[in-house]
Amino acid sequence: MKAQNNISNKNSVLEIKNLHKKFGDNHVLNGFNMQLFQGENLVVMGKSGSGKSVMIKCLVGLMEADSGSISIMHNDITKLNQKELDLLRADIGFLFQGSALYDSMTVRENLEFPLRRHTKKFGEHIDTEKLVNDALENVGLASAIDLMPSELSGGMKRRVALARTLILEPKIILYDEPTSGLDPITAKEIIILIQDIQKKYGTSSLIITHDVDCARVISDRMILLIDGIDYAVGIFSDLSTSKDPKIKAFFKQ
Amino acid sequence: MRHSILVHLKVVLQIDMPKFSNILTQLKSFLIEIGELSYFTIRFFKEILKRPFELKELLRQCYNMGNRSLLLVSITGFIIGLVLTLQTRPTLMEFGAVSWMPSMVGISIVREIGPIITALVCAGRIGSGIGAELGSMRVTEQIDAMEVSGTNPFKYLVVTRVLATTLMLPLLVIVGDAIALYGSFLVENIKGNVSFMLYFNQVFNALEFGDIIPATIKTFFFGFAIGIVGCFKGYYCDKGTEGVGKAANSAVVFTSLLLFIIDFIAVFITDIFYKI
Repeated sequence: MKAQNNISNKNSVLEIKNLHKKFGDNHVLNGFNMQLFQGENLVVMGKSGSGKSVMIKCLVGLMEADSGSISIMHNDITKLNQKELDLLRADIGFLFQGSALYDSMTVRENLEFPLRRHTKKFGEHIDTEKLVNDALENVGLASAIDLMPSELSGGMKRRVALARTLILEPKIILYDEPTSGLDPITAKEIIILIQDIQKKYGTSSLIITHDVDCARVISDRMILLIDGIDYAVGIFSDLSTSKDPKIKAFFKQ
Repeated sequence: MRHSILVHLKVVLQIDMPKFSNILTQLKSFLIEIGELSYFTIRFFKEILKRPFELKELLRQCYNMGNRSLLLVSITGFIIGLVLTLQTRPTLMEFGAVSWMPSMVGISIVREIGPIITALVCAGRIGSGIGAELGSMRVTEQIDAMEVSGTNPFKYLVVTRVLATTLMLPLLVIVGDAIALYGSFLVENIKGNVSFMLYFNQVFNALEFGDIIPATIKTFFFGFAIGIVGCFKGYYCDKGTEGVGKAANSAVVFTSLLLFIIDFIAVFITDIFYKI
């Protein structure tokens, strides 16, 4: 409870109000609410198909919500035009579930790609080489700079994707299942990396996962997405000891 | 109302209802696809005028498409030239018209066989490649990643590829035509002892602007059709690996059909203006 009070004193950088999204008759999001505060790690947990990925895609404009409002750093994204949205996207990093590296480009080209559109952010004399090297060093993969994505392991791909996300120095990072498909040791390494990045850059992170271990280690606060709504909000220790059968089901090992 | 009409049709025409309904569903989805492709094409023309112009990517695509298809187009052209001459020769000899061979082969290759065969080969080579590449990018969220990074994926992926196919196909057709004519010359040289100069003099004497210009113009449309259908199928690919395979396959089938329709329209228009 104390942790929650500390967080609520901070500035909100991302806010979702009454978000609705349906596919045919399937109401995936049914009035979802959420607030992400400056510098916190917020974990959203939910079953597969509960709408976590839909929610995160609505946040960056990859999907259009049916109704509700999404405010990112005090910008209502539903009211932004394409140019304004692209500009805002420079401050939002997105780590995709399957890494989503461009497989026809080398690691270097993958990292250079986001810089093409956001050169203004770094001034006129942008040192691309340095930015790429720094981002790769942050994830411990400086030696992989000239490799193709097909030559990387699953864990390495995730690290490179994280480096590509970091290169624009975003204020908010959205992680879509950062540990899915990885072995427990690599998953742990990725979790530690996410924590290190959060400490180093002071970013606010929204982490979508169904990995309880990941949530326990990484979360400052958690939201359980059940039946399309923010069913429960709190810190891990409170939620994991809840008597509510719907909440208990998440923490059964 | 619709139900009663269908029942009436069933009674009068003794139609097998499930089959009839299946045909209606397929027709409906075909028409929807045509509508979506038209919208996709309109979007292409809107995006082509907007900045930034992805010139580097356009040149890379032109090089890739031209370079990757050159060998295949050359081999196909050479064989077509050989076969056409070998198969036509006996008939022309029967009529004592074997000296007409260079003119006949020249006109048929430049007007029709060269463009359509090269386009069909490229539909298989380039169209399926684009469908599979964009399809796999869609399935693995690479297109989404591009959008999130502030790059317009339609502009970067679709506009550059469609422009590249539109610009490269005419060049490939010219190469294919030249090699097909050379293949035809080889047969004539071996069987009829015709010299290189004599053969190609006869070919160029027979050809008129009315043969070359419409045939070249239609290759731009062929290239455009290959690019736009390949991109459309890949860009809106269904999820999963099956979707990628379907995108590549249907890109080839749909493009091949479209090429013949464009060819028919081109020949029809040419007939009006040039009186073939």
